[in-house]
Amino acid sequence: MNVRSAAARLRVGVSAGIEQADRPTVDLAARRRQEARRQQLTVAGLRLLVAVVFLGGWELTTRFGWVDAFFWSQPTAIFARLWIWITQGTELGPLWEQLLVTMEETVGGFVVGALLGVVVGVALGRSRLLSDVLGPYIKGANAIPRVVVGALFAISLGLDIKSKIATAAVLVFFVVFFNAFQGVREVDRNLIANARILGAGDRQLTTEILIPSALSWIVASLHTSFGLALVGAVVGELFGATAGIGELIYNAKNQFDAAGVFAGMGLLAAMALLAEALITALEDRLIKWRPPVATETRI
Amino acid sequence: MTPAIELRGVTKRFLTPSAGVYTALRDLNLAVQPGEFCAVVGPTGCGKSTTLALISGLEPPSEGEVEVFGKPVQGIADGIGYVFQSDAVFPWKTVLENVAAGPRYQGASNTEARTRARDWISRVGLTGFEDRYPYQLSGGMRKRVALAQSLINGPRILLMDEPFSALDVQTRSLMENELLGLWSASSASVVFVTHDLEEAISLSDRVFVITAGPGTVKSTYKVDLPRPRNVAEIRFQPRFAEIYEEIWSDLRDEVLVSYERQKRSGAA
Repeated sequence: MNVRSAAARLRVGVSAGIEQADRPTVDLAARRRQEARRQQLTVAGLRLLVAVVFLGGWELTTRFGWVDAFFWSQPTAIFARLWIWITQGTELGPLWEQLLVTMEETVGGFVVGALLGVVVGVALGRSRLLSDVLGPYIKGANAIPRVVVGALFAISLGLDIKSKIATAAVLVFFVVFFNAFQGVREVDRNLIANARILGAGDRQLTTEILIPSALSWIVASLHTSFGLALVGAVVGELFGATAGIGELIYNAKNQFDAAGVFAGMGLLAAMALLAEALITALEDRLIKWRPPVATETRI
Repeated sequence: MTPAIELRGVTKRFLTPSAGVYTALRDLNLAVQPGEFCAVVGPTGCGKSTTLALISGLEPPSEGEVEVFGKPVQGIADGIGYVFQSDAVFPWKTVLENVAAGPRYQGASNTEARTRARDWISRVGLTGFEDRYPYQLSGGMRKRVALAQSLINGPRILLMDEPFSALDVQTRSLMENELLGLWSASSASVVFVTHDLEEAISLSDRVFVITAGPGTVKSTYKVDLPRPRNVAEIRFQPRFAEIYEEIWSDLRDEVLVSYERQKRSGAA
């Protein structure tokens, strides 16, 4: 409503401008575009500056010996380590294999955890009795620092991919579960009443009203939970593994190789950013019925 | 003739969050004939919406009987359409999917539901907007979707809860005319809840005045204006003014009572 009236006001303003004089409005629009472009360039330039200052400062302070490069490494050493990993492979095998292993564990844990979270969240959101009975247990389980289950899974499921998927899934489950549960609880009562009057049965109510309505909550939680899946996979690898980026970091740590640790961290960050982009694309597809977010609020 | 809707001695109480009891309706009696267009007017908080919830079966009465076509209402009754005050079209469905929802829920095949939905979309003048999502429509257009969505199921009773109160004045009288057109082509009984007396008179055959809460029917007025009516012009007829004056003198007292009460609870 507000947006529309604002748009109407804007239109009035523009047409009034045209009535007064044609040329100034055109010039104004061109100048706006120019200003916007300049603004973008400034932001990009400043971003680059931040990176240069940070990496340069790091490099210089370690070169001058103010910071010990043995403990804190330095950008050139990290890039050199990455280059060796890429060209000659790591001590665990080719780099892409390690990336693939960690990616598999993360995605596996993410999918399992998210599916379970949605199913249990919707079930508990729908049933008062279930949520009253299970509520305290779920809250209690949530209060445990859950990464420690990685140790348990390393014992019970072994050192292969299963224990990492399980650890990642546990971390993802709780986030998605709470969002799905809340999403179902917050469904507009009018929509439910409307669907029931139109003749919707229990199943249709769940699949056509509750789940779509909860979807914006669920998808929002996927952004955080992919990061957590990565944490779960890496922690699982730290508890014992034969391959993966986490294992690579663990090895580097054992050799007091700070550059290796940083290189591993950089790779994890790159993976997380890539996944974030994929999830945003998925979100736009799943929730295309939502009004687009104004570009100004995007960061 | 069996009335389409009959409420006898109906009382409805709600538990308030502070464990108190709130009486929304008290000993309400009301009957609507088949094909009749009735309006229910009353001050804010007099239980107008509760009346509709009882007829539709969304809420059971605390006391008394609610009957639809001679049968007591138990759960959501068949053959009822409900247009809500706020937007109740499904935001994640397109216009076509929204209108097709009713037939699909009633067991029609996807193709059949869509064919019927297209027909209704054209009847409410939304052809060309089938694939839009509700957020891409204006308030008036969303109301048209809501109307088509309820009417496609061929309801014998149409319940409307201040459906046009959020629209601007021009859109509103357009929608009122369209509603009358759609209604006259059907044989549905309509219960139209509104706080706007002008709207009530220009649309309906009979007007029920409800007292300040707990609500009960204070009086009933017949609106003997000829049909078909043009809502935008009917208010200039002298007979309209007479009816308006008559009902308003009755309604005014209730509005004052409700207003005084609000002031007091606001001050407390």
